[in-house]
Amino acid sequence: MSDMLLSNLQTARWPKIKAPRAAGFVMLAGLAICVMIGPDLVGQDPAKQSLLSPQERPSAEHLLGTDHLGRDMAARLLSGAQLSLSLALLSVLTAGIPGTAIGVLSAWYGGWVDRGLGAFADAVLALPGLLLVLMLAAIAPGSWWALYAGISLTLWVEYYRYSRQRARIVLSSPAVEASRLLGLPVRLILLRHLVPEIGPGLMTVAAFGAATAVTAVAALGFVSVGVRPPTAEWGVMMTELLPYWREAPFLILQPVACLVITVLALHLCVGGLHKR
Amino acid sequence: MTQTNPFIAALAQRGLQAVVVALIVGIVSFAMMQALPGDAAYRIAAGRYGYDMMDAASAELVRQELGLDRPFWAQLLQWLGALATFDLGQSAVYGTPVIDEIATQLGYSLLLAAGAVVVSVLIAVPMGIAAGLRPGGLVDRVSLGISILLRAIPAFALGVVLVLIFAVQLKLFPVAGFRGPQHLILPSLTLGLGLAAVSNRVVRDAVVEAMDAEWRLFARTKGLSARLTLVRHVLRNASLPVVTYVGVQMAYLIEGVVIVETVFAWPGIGHALVHAIFGRDIAMVQGTALALGLIYVALNLVIDLACRAIDPRTRAT
Repeated sequence: MSDMLLSNLQTARWPKIKAPRAAGFVMLAGLAICVMIGPDLVGQDPAKQSLLSPQERPSAEHLLGTDHLGRDMAARLLSGAQLSLSLALLSVLTAGIPGTAIGVLSAWYGGWVDRGLGAFADAVLALPGLLLVLMLAAIAPGSWWALYAGISLTLWVEYYRYSRQRARIVLSSPAVEASRLLGLPVRLILLRHLVPEIGPGLMTVAAFGAATAVTAVAALGFVSVGVRPPTAEWGVMMTELLPYWREAPFLILQPVACLVITVLALHLCVGGLHKR
Repeated sequence: MTQTNPFIAALAQRGLQAVVVALIVGIVSFAMMQALPGDAAYRIAAGRYGYDMMDAASAELVRQELGLDRPFWAQLLQWLGALATFDLGQSAVYGTPVIDEIATQLGYSLLLAAGAVVVSVLIAVPMGIAAGLRPGGLVDRVSLGISILLRAIPAFALGVVLVLIFAVQLKLFPVAGFRGPQHLILPSLTLGLGLAAVSNRVVRDAVVEAMDAEWRLFARTKGLSARLTLVRHVLRNASLPVVTYVGVQMAYLIEGVVIVETVFAWPGIGHALVHAIFGRDIAMVQGTALALGLIYVALNLVIDLACRAIDPRTRAT
């Protein structure tokens, strides 16, 4: 009986993995493997130009062809994937951990702490996120760190709002009250009651946040405000290859496909569509 | 009986947001100014007198005149004071007042935003209703699949793909720029599809919920036809979450305007902002970012008021 209850609770919290989610995980794992072992398999330098062989069609030597400067597309796409995925991971860590911690803190103390932090979060999102990132990126143009700090600064709010709202409900529940009255340490209360409750939701927030980070970097690269051209970044590659659509339409579509696959994988692995 | 009028409250809240937007834009622009390499006094003196006519004495005069030797916070206050009186300065690139530039660009940006919203409503509402009337049906599942895919395509990537298909391959629409109504189609489609990707699911959920409600059953039982029940009761109730959701989408819309305008070389504010950042034209960056931020606040206010208009329950007695 209690076993059944337990398993019911668990399925309620961790929904059964369905086909789209499985597909998302497979795509994500595939991307990760490509990024880790791909550069060795391709064996080409992403920055090495070869002006005698620009815009080549895919061949044994160049698996996905070469771009307008004769650089190997496969190597450049992989290098771009490395940049995008590491940034996505970094944004999850640097926006997610402080965001969640501040959210729980806000719910735990309430009162003026809560109001002050809430007002700060509202102020950050008074401007649409990308606008703020654009302006911050303009303070130090071409700097990877300014770009990345701007993205983290806007992304933590989502974690904050979610964890604060959930933590308020959990912390005021009779179960937590009982644990407090029993004199259990705060650490244990948070670990036993809060983590299982907000964990799955945080995964969703993290996946969408990572997708937003990947998209933002590519968008800024595309409009020539983010990462600078010699770097192999998907958005930058799209800008570089756009003028050559007539001669080699297959080239411009490659970074587009990479970007869409990455974002799609992140969306799918937490259950598809989410109301932004 | 000192209940605050919710209308006034909504106005005050959005007003406060507008002030916060102006503050953030002002402070970040000031930081941008400070981060510029070199001595600001020399730079401005060079701009005034020409590079050959400028010397240390003239730079010193400029420094005195503009108060560049004063402490950091005093300069920041002066900067924000100018902003508060809507003195946006002159564009460093065009040499014209920023406010004139923005005035011409504003119309184009609003046109694009309106076009995008119209496209998204034209797609999302019929699709959402069709899916919501038969949850789990074929339309519902197909629209879910399309929505997930569209949601994963960033606006600029979608723009590039649409340009390649419709402008380059099929030659149906012009590629970029603005010279006539046909130039509006691809940019608004790009932005509108992104909006519709999520809002059609919101319409669908709202319709499903309204179809399950007891008052719908009552309306049918009292003899109202299925069609009239749908039009008079279901759609009106379903429109409330949809309009609220359009408010959530405003951030996407403003971000999308910036990116999509750049993709299509659309002569609007977003395009100007990106160019100003690229050209280090700080007065223009500040002006355009401020304009976009204030449009965002204004659109949200419109949404607040629209919700009140649709739902009599939210109106104060």
